[in-house]
Amino acid sequence: MTGRVEGKVAFITGAARGQGRSHAVRLAQEGADIIAVDVCADIPGAPYAGATEEDLAQTVKEVEALDRRIVAMKADVRDFDALKAAVDDGVAQLGRLDIVSANAGISTQMATADQLDEAAWRDMIDINLTGVWHTAKAAIGHLKAGGRGGSIILTSSEAGIRGYQNIAHYVSAKHGVVGLMRTLALELAPDRIRVNSIHPTQVDTPMIQNQATYSLFTGRDDATKDDFAEASSKVIALPIPWVEPVDISNALLWLASDEARYVTGVPLPVDGGNFLL
Amino acid sequence: MGRVEGKVAFVTGAARGQGRSHAVRLAQEGADIIAVDLASQIDSVPYAMATPADLEQTVKEVEALDRRIVATQADVRDYDALKAALDDGVAQLGRLDIVSANAGIFTEGRADELPEQTWQDMIDVNLTGVWHTVKAAIPHLKAGGRGGSIVITSSTAGLAGFENFAHYVSAKHGVVGLMRTLALELAADSIRVNTVHPTSVNTDMIQNQMTYSLFAPDLPEAERTKENLAPRFQGMNALPIPWVEPVDISNAVLFLASDEARYITGVQLPVDAGFSAK
Repeated sequence: MTGRVEGKVAFITGAARGQGRSHAVRLAQEGADIIAVDVCADIPGAPYAGATEEDLAQTVKEVEALDRRIVAMKADVRDFDALKAAVDDGVAQLGRLDIVSANAGISTQMATADQLDEAAWRDMIDINLTGVWHTAKAAIGHLKAGGRGGSIILTSSEAGIRGYQNIAHYVSAKHGVVGLMRTLALELAPDRIRVNSIHPTQVDTPMIQNQATYSLFTGRDDATKDDFAEASSKVIALPIPWVEPVDISNALLWLASDEARYVTGVPLPVDGGNFLL
Repeated sequence: MGRVEGKVAFVTGAARGQGRSHAVRLAQEGADIIAVDLASQIDSVPYAMATPADLEQTVKEVEALDRRIVATQADVRDYDALKAALDDGVAQLGRLDIVSANAGIFTEGRADELPEQTWQDMIDVNLTGVWHTVKAAIPHLKAGGRGGSIVITSSTAGLAGFENFAHYVSAKHGVVGLMRTLALELAADSIRVNTVHPTSVNTDMIQNQMTYSLFAPDLPEAERTKENLAPRFQGMNALPIPWVEPVDISNAVLFLASDEARYITGVQLPVDAGFSAK
């Protein structure tokens, strides 16, 4: 049976672990080759360890185990030239580009807007918003050159469609991504390049499974994973505490595939009904 | 293995157009089908509506895929008849997992000029008919204890206003409110509820002289052809296409119906070629 993205090439940022690795593997399962980048470094102020080069190597292993090709490079989405060089190299090796997953993102300092550090604000905007623009900017030339259209999927968040106290920088960046998505959708429609955003609720990855997030959700410094699960499930309508990376990957796969050939400009929540509560 | 293998889907308005396409697409991915359609005319609707022969054709196409289908002529305005048709289908096919509330009509007229009956028929079919559909289905979904997926067909007219069909816009906005409420009421049972919002779809509901008259009041009737009208339809979309095909809506319904969307609920999903981004 032909895969749902058979023969296509996908560029994924933040691909070393978590959602990014899951996207790479899910798209590869359905026949795509992968261009993977990740900063593979700690982010200053992040309350969890950053991905490593070993993590990225694991993504490579998992994609290759599916008999798909993958070009993986260490690159920082804040550095446009490095990111562009990585995509250019990947396209040179794999021959084309069809799908873009702008997934790389961080969660850092948690404080009310008036207390956020300058550096924390700047890193957040640089990675979670400007990094997404860099990703699209590096990819658009290749998508247009292919002349076959394409699909760009920007990973926003529930925080891209509603406000949350204590993470104004994250909320601002994730809302900004929606504006970028809507504008790109219009700018690229004549070339049949579709642009959509995904809005996950809490996803079971290292970015949220840490003490800072447990405390953010419960208001308690000593909160446990179980406490977080209970608090998180209260903001989700379906009876679950969080979703899994593969749930975001399945939404991304659908948007990337030709089944969604006329879907563009859409913010797609994968949030268990979080938005309704 | 199909993406909805072993599941049973209830589809209203299944005789032709999007409804038939949904039945066939879900059957291709392994579902059995409970199909209903009025298969008759409504007086306020100026284009020819589906017929019993159309419904029979849907049956043929699903059976050609080696899936089972129970098809009944039933009116979504008649709750008792709709419930009887669905109950019979579930009795024969053994379960219910997916609901596509698809049946709909399209008529036109400015808000201050719409005849009472035209307004009433629209609300009865396109809004109350959707409520009847889910009302009949919910006990079966809950009884299964396996969750479920309800997909309500709204429209770009469920996202924005349009001149000349306030009744259609009101009904299609109304189903969004219904969807949001149902998503909350049914979440505890893992039953998901979402809407799809198509732009113009290439079916008999829009490919007719009444709809053409809305897009080209300036053209003499003889020049209101599909070819002449395509650029005007395209003007509503961002992507360079005049309309989408029924299968494009079916693919969205399939995704929402499948376990791949197991945590998607309460969502408005446009399949609108960028209409709402403009």
